[in-house]
Order: sequence, then C-alpha cells, then structure tokens
Amino acid sequence: MSNARSLRSVVALVAVAVLSLFLFGSAQAQDGEGEAFSGTLRFGGEPVEGVRISVVDAAGEAVGEAVTGADGRWRIELPGPGTYRATIDTDTLPEGVTLRDPERQTLEVTVTAGRSRPLIFALGEPVSRGPNVGEKLAQAVLNGVKFGLIIAMCAIGLSLIFGLTGLINFAHGELVTLGAILAWYFNADTFGAPLILAGVLAVVVAGAAGGGVEFSLLRPLRARRLGMFQFMVVTIGLSLLARHVMLLFFGPDRERYIDYALQAEWTFGPFAVTPRDFTIMALSAVILIGVAVFLQRARTGKAIRAVADNPELAESSGIDVDRVVLVVWVAGAALAAVGGVFFGSVEAVDWLMGFRLLLLMFAAVVLGGLGTAYGAMVGGLLIGLVTEVSTVWASPEIKAVFALGVLVLALLVRPQGILGQRERIG
Amino acid sequence: MDFDIIFGNAARAGLGPQAAIFALAAIGLNLHFGYAGLLNFGQVGFMMLGAYGTAIVVATWGGSLWLGIPFGLGLCVAFALALGIPTLRLRSDYFAITTIAAAEILRLLIRSSPATDITGGPFGLQAIANSFFDLNFLPDGRFGWGTFSYSSNQLWVMIVAWILVVLCSALVLALIRSPWGRVVRAIREDEDAVLSLGKNTVAYKLQALVIGGVIGGLAGVIDALQQSGVGSENFEPQVTFFAWAALILGGLATTVGPVVGAVLFWFLREGVESFIRELSEQGWLPNALADFLDGAEGAISVVLMGVGLVALMALRPQGIFGRRRSLHLGT
Repeated sequence: MSNARSLRSVVALVAVAVLSLFLFGSAQAQDGEGEAFSGTLRFGGEPVEGVRISVVDAAGEAVGEAVTGADGRWRIELPGPGTYRATIDTDTLPEGVTLRDPERQTLEVTVTAGRSRPLIFALGEPVSRGPNVGEKLAQAVLNGVKFGLIIAMCAIGLSLIFGLTGLINFAHGELVTLGAILAWYFNADTFGAPLILAGVLAVVVAGAAGGGVEFSLLRPLRARRLGMFQFMVVTIGLSLLARHVMLLFFGPDRERYIDYALQAEWTFGPFAVTPRDFTIMALSAVILIGVAVFLQRARTGKAIRAVADNPELAESSGIDVDRVVLVVWVAGAALAAVGGVFFGSVEAVDWLMGFRLLLLMFAAVVLGGLGTAYGAMVGGLLIGLVTEVSTVWASPEIKAVFALGVLVLALLVRPQGILGQRERIG
Repeated sequence: MDFDIIFGNAARAGLGPQAAIFALAAIGLNLHFGYAGLLNFGQVGFMMLGAYGTAIVVATWGGSLWLGIPFGLGLCVAFALALGIPTLRLRSDYFAITTIAAAEILRLLIRSSPATDITGGPFGLQAIANSFFDLNFLPDGRFGWGTFSYSSNQLWVMIVAWILVVLCSALVLALIRSPWGRVVRAIREDEDAVLSLGKNTVAYKLQALVIGGVIGGLAGVIDALQQSGVGSENFEPQVTFFAWAALILGGLATTVGPVVGAVLFWFLREGVESFIRELSEQGWLPNALADFLDGAEGAISVVLMGVGLVALMALRPQGIFGRRRSLHLGT
C-alpha cells in the first residue's frame, strides 16, 4: 500500500518536472499535456454536437476555438497559464436548446501551469434565480412589519407596567410563551380545538395569570415598599419558575399548530405573504389601533395614561391606582399571549421563545420610550424592521445584534426614547 | 433513599470549581451593585469574554495561555468601557436592560457562523489549558475519600480557584475601605451629593464597572481552564441570574456574602437535583410520577430556585447575611 503511494508520488513528481521543462523551455504544449479548457456539452443527458466554443486571452486576442464532437466533447489548448474567457456560441446550439443561465455564456477562468480546466456550460430550462436585492428588501420589510407588529403587541404590557409601577418585568417573555403553549395544548395536543378558539382560550388564561400575579403577589409586596431591585429579583424568580415549569410540561422541542401550517403564498408585486401571515398582520394592526383608541377615549384608558404620567397626582384626583394597575396587568398579559399565539403560528412554539423575544421587547420599549404604550408600538415596529432588513445583507443568526446596535445608538442620541419624556431618565 | 449520597453530592458541588466560579462572578456583581449601585445584569458577558479571550489566543491563534488570560481580561475592560460610557449616565434600569441585552447579543455573535473561524461557533474551542495543568505540582493519583475524591488536576483547579476567590474578596474589601471605596459607596447612597462635592461620579462608576467586570472575567477564565475549553451554551443569560441568586442568598454589600452565597447556591442546587434523582429511583412512587421526575431534576431545581428567589424577596429581602440598611439600594 505504502509502496503504491510512494510510486504514485514519484510519478507525480516526474510529471511536474516534465511539465516545468515544457514551460521554462517555452516549448509548445503537446496535445493533451499543457494548459487547456475542456468539457462535455449535454442536454437532457444526450451529448450536443456541433456547438462552437471560442477562447480569448486577457488582452482579448483569440486563442483558439473548438466544435463539440459527436460525444459532446470539446477541448481547446491554451498557450500558457493565465486568465482566459471562454464563450459558447449560442447561435450554434440546436433548436430548442438554451443555456440554463443566459448570463453564463462567457466564463472567465484562471488556469494554472500544466492544468487542464474543465468548463461547464449548463444547458437546459432556465431556472429562476434567487431574488435580487430589491425583491429581498421588499420581502424583508414585509417580514419586519409582521414581526414588528407582534413585538409591539407583546411589549405594550411591559412598557405600561413599567410606566405605572416602575417595575421591569423580566417575566414578561414567559407570558408570551404561556399564550403560545396553551394555544398549542388546546389546538394540537389534547383538545384539537380550532386554532382561533384555542388562541382565544389561551389569551384568556394568560390574562388571568397576569392579573393573578399582580393581585396576589406584587400588590402585597408593593404595600411593603420593596425597592426596585427587590421587584426585579421577584420577576426574575417568576421568570425562572414559569419558564422551567413550562419546560417540564411542554418539553424542549419545537412544536407547530395544526391549523394554517402550510399555505400557498399570495403575491402582490415584490411581496409574497401567506394568507395566515396577512391575517396576523391585519389583526395585529387592528388590535394595536384598538389599544390606542382605548387609551385615548375610554375612561380606564385615560386613567392608565394619568397614572403612567404621575401616579401621586392621579391617585389624589380619585383614580383607583391599584385597579388601573390590575387592568394593565390583565390586558398586558393578554396582549403578550396574543403575540405569543401569532408568533407561534408564524414560526413555532418552544419554551424559550418568550425569553428570546424579551430582549427584543426591551430594545423596543427603550427605543420607543420606556413607560409609554405608543413608544412600545413605534419601538416594536422599528426593531422588527431593523432585525429583518438586516438579514438582506447579514447572516440571520446575528439579526438581534442589529436591534442592540439601534438600542445603543438611541441611548446615546435620545436616551428618553423616541416618544419618551425628558424627565423620565436620571 | 440514601441521604449520605445526597449530602455528599451537595457538599462536593458546594466546594467544587463551579462554586468558586460563581463566587468570583458574584464578588464582581457585589462590587457593581452592592457597593456602587450598578444594576449589572450582563455579568455573564464578562465571564464569556474572559473565557473566550483566553481560548481564542490559545486555540485559534496558537499563542501562550499566559498571553491569553490577560487578553481575555483586557476584553472585559473594553466591554465595560463600551457598555458603561453610553449608559452609566442614564438611570439604573436603563443600565440593567442594556447589560442583559449586550451580554446575550455578544453570545449570539460568538456562536454565529461568520465567527466560527475565530470562536469555533456552536462547537466552541477545546484543549486550551495544557500550560495551566503543566504548572500543577501535586503528585498524580487520587486525593481525598469517598465522594470527596479528586484527581490531581481537579484539586489543582479548585486550589487555584479558591485562592483567587480569597484574593478577589480581599481586593474588594481593601478597595471599599479606601477613599475610592467611600466615594463609590457615597454615589450609591446619593449621587447628587457626591456630584456637588466635585467628584466625577461617572468616572468612579466606570472604574467600579471595569474592576467588577474583570473579576467576572476571571470567573470565566477559571471556567475555561477547568473544562479546558469554551462553549457558548455555558454563557446563557441564566448564568447571570444564578450569580445574582447566589449573591442575594449570601447578602449584598458584605465581604463574605458572595462567597457563602455561591457555596450555598451550589450546595442547594446539587442537593435538590440529587434528591430528585434518588426519589425517582424509589420503587414506592407511582410510575407516572417517577417517569415525570426522571431526567427532570435540572428543570425542577431551577423552578425551586425561582420559588426561592420570590420567597426570599418577600420574607427576607436583604438575604441571609445582609443588613436591612442596604435594602433600598439603587432605587
């Protein structure tokens, strides 16, 4: 075995030596020994005869040409190493035979000393090439709006809870996961309910869970005047607790809902969207507008904004702050759960989805202005757009990096956020 | 049910290198929050930079470990400056959000495929600690008895790690008793008052962030040495929360708090996991329950940790050794 190998390397060495003799002795390369282009033209497995291929050197001087034989083979000897351009004459192709990629009619190839380079002119039906940058950008913007709307919906509760009570809720992501996982249980696992019904049930349960946490845990702790740090630790504890309970029951795998899993896309010009995603975007927009109208017009909505603006003043003018906070917890948790069901429907359901989303929600609320609902909406949309549009140029794995980039930029330029008030920051 | 095994496993974890690593991370956090009032939720980022900086120099660039460790700690300094300069002027909750996000983003970058040539991407880097174990002067063979039986290299890591814990605790104690420490603690209590004395409070906070971050980086270096490798899955945001849990358990703004907390944290965590493993092997449990418990000890111990954190904050917010005085830090 080793003898055979060393013999082979001796032969190779001799071959190299002979070749370099040819080169440095400026001897004309013999047929089959020097630099060359070669190839075989086939169409549908059959060789193609009588096609002319020509080669020019870097200066544009013709070097040689060849016509494919009955076996489809062709070969053009080259004067030496260097860069050459080989062109296939498409007029000589038989009727009905075309290049698979019309832009690859001329190939520019560098040849090293002594090498015969095979060239491939692929013949066949033109395949659709990947979308160009403009089309990718359009699709990324659409995806960005889709995820942005979902992030915004999830983040409203986070931002309002902070605005009302000064609490950064590290467990907010788990409300998103809770909604998604409950909907999966109702839809795919045991009950087989249609996804819409399952989603509504999940949102109701998640809203009740949010209200329960506020009513039975956080309100009594607020009465004992715990510091901001202690509240953060409480929500971190809740987050660890909830996340790992869900891991215990749901398991570490990614799951999908049964309904609307596979759909044909609708195309509008450069945009392609499944009916499911389109519905999700429309519903998200309607819900966000509904929240805005509620905050502007409804009595409770006005009370929420009043407490977010100045809790002491609101309380002294007769607003029941505890009730307002409870409403925000229930509504915020329900919105997060809606976001979770949508997100689970668009991608997949897993036990870490909310925690991953939490960082994007943080970025969104800081960007938009911590403590305001509209800030969360604007920030969410922006974060969604930035992360998705970045995938046009950068690897999708690092799209969250761009969200942080925007966050840091915003903190440097306008730390109170786009819609935040100046006095909110220290 | 063998309580000797459970207790033995728990005690072994409480003394092991992981506890020392968490003690170092918590000492850094204690300087950050306990003394300087900085809510750093990205300590795992410092650990990761310490570990990966060391590993990259050794495994990727073929350099010496003794260049790698300073390089890793240098990355921690750079990270602290990059993080602190834009955000330390802001309120502490903004700082908390930025740090947790920055650490996770760093992890995503490190494990992404474009970075694979340098960081090993999802595969991490291996075989970095040979020069460290070459220094091991302990003879080969096993030391100790029963559960507490260690190989020569395991013991060597533990000795070095716990010596570093003592040194860092002493360093922080000395710093806190120095004039510098008085200014830093005063900033924690009332930043405006310190500003009015003409102190550049942002500079002091930045220095505290750098020092605590480098101590966190040292934790990462020890982690890389004891596994002789790095992997991005060891640096999830959870690690920061666990280090916080250890610190809170032991008590904020005390010298022994982070160390006692880390030992207790690992003692309890491993104790619970061992207990559940033993429990799931008991014949008298209903099958469904035994199946549920089997392999679930990791998640259950974290669930209990969450319950514990909530309960600790509700019942004894200052931690076990903490003083009530330091309760309203950073608010």
